[in-house]
Amino acid sequence: MSLISFSSAQAATALRLPLYLSRVSAGFPSPADDYVDKGLDLNEYLITHPAATFFTVVSGESMEGEGIFDGDILVVNRALEAVDGDVVVAVINGELSCKLLDTKKRRLLSSHPDYPPIPVFEGAELVIEGVVPFSIRCHRDRHR
Amino acid sequence: MIAIVDANSFYASCHQIFRPDLRNKPVVVLSNNDGFVVARSWEAKALGVPDLEPFFKIEPLLRRHRVAIFSSNYPLYGDISARFMRTLQGIGDQVEVYSIDEMFLSLTGHQDLNRLAWQMKDRVWQHVRLPISVGIAPSKTLSKLANHVAKRHRQGQGVCVLDQPKKWEWVCRRVPVTAVWGIAKRMARRLATLDIHSAWDLATANPKAVRQVSNVNLERTLEELNGHPCLALEDLPPPKRQIYCTRSFGQKATTLQPVLEAISVYAGRAAEKLRDQQSLAVTIHVFLHTSPHEPNYFSDSVTAKLAYPTDDTRLITALARRMMQGIYRPDHAYIKAGIGLIELVDRKHQQFDLLHPGQPERADRLMSVMDKINRQQGKGAVFLASQGIKKPWAMRQQFLSPQYTTKWQDLPVVRS
Repeated sequence: MSLISFSSAQAATALRLPLYLSRVSAGFPSPADDYVDKGLDLNEYLITHPAATFFTVVSGESMEGEGIFDGDILVVNRALEAVDGDVVVAVINGELSCKLLDTKKRRLLSSHPDYPPIPVFEGAELVIEGVVPFSIRCHRDRHR
Repeated sequence: MIAIVDANSFYASCHQIFRPDLRNKPVVVLSNNDGFVVARSWEAKALGVPDLEPFFKIEPLLRRHRVAIFSSNYPLYGDISARFMRTLQGIGDQVEVYSIDEMFLSLTGHQDLNRLAWQMKDRVWQHVRLPISVGIAPSKTLSKLANHVAKRHRQGQGVCVLDQPKKWEWVCRRVPVTAVWGIAKRMARRLATLDIHSAWDLATANPKAVRQVSNVNLERTLEELNGHPCLALEDLPPPKRQIYCTRSFGQKATTLQPVLEAISVYAGRAAEKLRDQQSLAVTIHVFLHTSPHEPNYFSDSVTAKLAYPTDDTRLITALARRMMQGIYRPDHAYIKAGIGLIELVDRKHQQFDLLHPGQPERADRLMSVMDKINRQQGKGAVFLASQGIKKPWAMRQQFLSPQYTTKWQDLPVVRS
């Protein structure tokens, strides 16, 4: 059996965008450009724990107040410890759900007026599947 | 100290990662072509679902108990395996990936090994949602034994540390010799003639007497059982000496065309694996058979040498097809075909002869381009037309689950 040691979250991006420090001026090269050596890797920014990070796609509108819309992609990091106010993926009725964590009142909040808070009762276990440090939104029709 | 860490019911557990509703529920995974049960969650085992039983025989049992059934999903297993290994890599000074779901770690300088084992377990659960068992001992053989104990005794909750002679002696006295790593039933029968029945009997046996019925490997096992490590960790697995690619057909093939397409696909896959491990094939083996459970069982196989050692998909495929045409007989319903690359040489040490200069460089370049495209664009992005486009004979995978971590279209859905 061979190992397929390739995961979407581990893929090294081929495209590296350099961060330009100076404005482009005609005819006179900026001495700062000599220090532009390493491109920026979006993976590095979004994924701090590759083995513990996975992507999910959102279905529903209860998190619109956080700027998370139906069809958006969530970056879910299982290695981060969830703290009060985090956007998290939790298990609600056996389903993966995206909510805001309110540890003080032991509940999960939506950020949409139509969705009431979900209390986590004493004795019940709150299973947090991961913290959502980023969401990814496409502003263009993907099917175009 | 050496740890062996493995995932519990690995394939079944992979299906529970993105399905929290299935955690602590019975889950089974079927083999290629949905023929047999190959993995069972702990709960499925508790229900009495037998291992390696034909699926059709136990389907009623599975349905009655509402067992979740999945076809094999290798892209998922491969990705989860890599995550699992990566999560623990930093803990050992040296790591050996032993199989898709097992790794050895060499440990130095850890005071509290029990605590370390628990940390590994918690971390892999937290980061990957994979349940694991950890065995720790001074040698590979003893750590395997510790893992065996960790798995079978629920009170240990998947952790067992045998770091002192009295601990491993206690275990060795209580397990049969077949629980020892590398001792199969046949060897156990031979050992029984020397009155060796338990692991303890073997550990305390006279090495010279043992040598009579076996070889040097068993003497090493004996040493290892006494806490003296003889087997080092291997960084890289040695390249395979044979590469087989063989599958059952989803529907029986009654004409030559689908058989040829199938053998082309398998040849392509075998050649890919060959290039992966930097070997060249010298001899290939092709076979074909009908169901052994039906009347008029027919099977045939043939081996042939390639013109020169090669890893060129085109040459291997062309030869495999010609060989298949040679053994194919009409008026049979075939269920399985396969190809084996059975004589391999190392690419680095290939020998050239006067008549054949060997594989041309153009072929090397073409193959590496093909592999690169398939790596970047996904398996099967480019293939030989002889593999067929529609593949009606392809595997049955009735219960295929999403490739949650390797395909954008298959990402898990999160409600909000």
